[in-house]
Amino acid sequence: MKRRTFIRNSGFATAGTMLIPHFLKAYEQRPEPSQADKVLVVIQLSGGNDGLNTVVPYRNDIYYRERPVLGIERAKVLALNDEIGLNPALEPLRRLYDDGRVRILNNVGYPNPDRSHFRAMDIWQTASDADEYLSTGWLGRYLDAACSGCASSPHQLLEIDDTLSLALKGQRSNGLATLNPEQLYKQTQNGNLARLAKVPSAAEDDHSPVGYLYKTLAETTSSAKYLYEKGKMQRSTATYPTHELGKRLKTIAELIISGIDTHVYYVSIAGFDTHVGQRAQQDRLLKQYAEAVEVFMNDLKANGQLDRTLVLTFSEFGRRVKQNASNGTDHGTANNVFLLGGPPRASVVYNEAPDLTNLEGGDLRYSLDFRDVYASLLRDWLRVDDERILSKGFKGLKGLLS
Amino acid sequence: MKETADYSKLLHLYRRAGLGSLPPREVPLRKAVASLFQISESFTPIEVISAAEVARQRQETRQTMMAGADPKATVKDRLKENQELTRDLNVAWINQMATSQEALRERMALFWHGHFACRIQQQPYLVQNYLHTLRRHALGHFGDLLMAVSKEPAMLQFLNNQQNRKNSPNENFAREVMELFTLGRGHYTEKDIQEAARAFTGWRYSPEGTFVFQERLHDPGSKTFLGRTGTFRGEDIIQILLEEKQTARYLTEKLYRSFVNEVPHPARIDALAEGFYRSGYDIGKLMRTIFEADWFYDESNRASLIKSPVELLVGMQRTLSTTVTDKQSLLYVQKVLGQVLLYPPNVAGWPGGYNWIDSSSLLFRMQLPFMLAGTLESKVQSKNDGDVNTQALNRRGRSLKATIDWDRWAQTFQKVPPKELPTVVASRLLAVLPAAGVLTDITQKAGAYTDRTAQIRYLTLAFMSLPEYQVG
Repeated sequence: MKRRTFIRNSGFATAGTMLIPHFLKAYEQRPEPSQADKVLVVIQLSGGNDGLNTVVPYRNDIYYRERPVLGIERAKVLALNDEIGLNPALEPLRRLYDDGRVRILNNVGYPNPDRSHFRAMDIWQTASDADEYLSTGWLGRYLDAACSGCASSPHQLLEIDDTLSLALKGQRSNGLATLNPEQLYKQTQNGNLARLAKVPSAAEDDHSPVGYLYKTLAETTSSAKYLYEKGKMQRSTATYPTHELGKRLKTIAELIISGIDTHVYYVSIAGFDTHVGQRAQQDRLLKQYAEAVEVFMNDLKANGQLDRTLVLTFSEFGRRVKQNASNGTDHGTANNVFLLGGPPRASVVYNEAPDLTNLEGGDLRYSLDFRDVYASLLRDWLRVDDERILSKGFKGLKGLLS
Repeated sequence: MKETADYSKLLHLYRRAGLGSLPPREVPLRKAVASLFQISESFTPIEVISAAEVARQRQETRQTMMAGADPKATVKDRLKENQELTRDLNVAWINQMATSQEALRERMALFWHGHFACRIQQQPYLVQNYLHTLRRHALGHFGDLLMAVSKEPAMLQFLNNQQNRKNSPNENFAREVMELFTLGRGHYTEKDIQEAARAFTGWRYSPEGTFVFQERLHDPGSKTFLGRTGTFRGEDIIQILLEEKQTARYLTEKLYRSFVNEVPHPARIDALAEGFYRSGYDIGKLMRTIFEADWFYDESNRASLIKSPVELLVGMQRTLSTTVTDKQSLLYVQKVLGQVLLYPPNVAGWPGGYNWIDSSSLLFRMQLPFMLAGTLESKVQSKNDGDVNTQALNRRGRSLKATIDWDRWAQTFQKVPPKELPTVVASRLLAVLPAAGVLTDITQKAGAYTDRTAQIRYLTLAFMSLPEYQVG
């Protein structure tokens, strides 16, 4: 046992609030977020969404030849230009497109793509190379960088889920995961936890593991209180779909409208690993995605928050061009990425459609590195030095946001 | 009364080397160290699937297919069965860790599993053999371990050596054997990787799951590797890697950071590495030197490591002499806390340390004792990783509740006067005592129980749910 710590802490217990560490008070002095404070919402489609049946190359004969059963009938595709169009399940997204709030990026990937779910997901979440293993996520490092020297709070990166994704883990700071801020608040206000969160050993000694744990606990409690108290100011009046993604986006909308100072929200929906009987499964999920996102965007718009909110949608990989023997598709490589929201401007298909004549072992070749998408988001939207976060100096994508 | 200084050292040793079991009383430290090694000399294999069963499976699949069964359904059944077998292996190992006498061996095997991280699906027999190798050589010679793991079909599969052939090399295994298993980054060139990959061509495994060297796929030409030239084969590359002192240095630092302190101490590590190298990479000897060193018991090295989820889960069971019986629940806890045995995130293993901790994992860890005692059901949902083939991992368990013999546990405090009970229970469970206010508070609450066993039960659960219990 640590006699030293023991004595010091006992002194602390009598010293009272005078010594409450600054991060416990931090939220009380939080400035109100203004219209200039940008918000990023990340929607992760887990399992590898089939990009070719999401944004369909409906004029491409190879597509129909390789997907005799899975191919989406030309007449049903919601055309965006004379090459590609949306899966009809994405009708709501089409309306957003017409409202000038959609940017579609094709062929997003990275060199030597990995086809395993967990590995590919880690690569996307950490922004690493295919043969590099990082233990911090790109958004976690964003929080590190955005707040070096100041007191960051976990809720500034908020995942609407029970457990925290690697993307939101940083070197010094971590995001916060909660499905329900009210429940988290109640949990942290429960007698024992509330008392422990006030044990101030962290203030002196957050370099020891125990100090770090107490600091984490104190920050969690502080963030939970802030989210609960400030976040309940605004209840959304919009009608969201009752499925999981609908509920989670509703939670996010209420927090944004309430003026919570969260910079990044993270949410994922699973089920895209469609090796067998893909059509019904994927269409159902895409429909859920599009209808939830439409209500979300309209809700934010009605409340004057859409201009400062951008939604990024990605999946860990796309799928094989050729359908498999089970009317599904197997793991592939490059994929499309959606950016929704932000100030109104013309919707765009940012780059060329997939080239089905130039495949690599039956898979699409990437032409945009996903880390260039991140670089643009970090630099031009979240306004931080992206090189500190992505280390390698990705140039970003010209004209995407700037 | 607090625990004596000597007993507190024993507790420290057992937290680090004994998976959280409680040391015997009044044993001199040196004797305790010796005994930890001695009882780990034996080895208990884990088998959930036999070679005969694998053969029968293959035969059966063939017959069902020939009889005209739906091939997709057959494959699907097999898939499910294999997932469950891998899960059973995971659980069998957790149980072994929670109950076996050979605590140090299992603790070392856990370290090697993170070091030689390997994750393959659908082939539980290969996973079983890989695990067997880790556990068998856990305290032996690193050279034997490295060679055996490198030839494990699971590893050859995971690092794509099945695709590594003459004229079309796959460098994955050659790269990781240097970057992660032996030298560490910065001690070899890309050219070394290319040359080593050529030497490993022809290292494959048979459909029955045994290592084979296929000469016709091997590149017999001359290779230059780390300054030596010859018509090297895989075995030669591994031998050369062992001749490099950097290998001893790299491994020793990693062991030091896992067993002593996350902050490396270069002078100590250099000295240890020198001995490790000279002993011909005797792992047991190195660990013994560490556990016998005075500095191992320094205040600065106490309470300095955050327990991994598996150490936490196993430690609670060992301390309270109980086991969790529900398989899915064991998987569930590992998943929520981010360490599923046999499913490491990638070949680099779990990053560990502070990385285990975030708001959600900490709150869950603090609830775990109450789940084990059956007074709390977790509502936390583990993350769906999107992989349709790992559904067996995602299913919820029924209950984490374990049968705990509280009377027996209470008896171990028999001689402790009532007034000293809280401090004594705390000292036994925690590497560092909580702040006085916390201790007072818990003591007061425990005072509400008139029954001594109930009181000890309350104290135990309260201390196990503290942040202090997360470190060892």
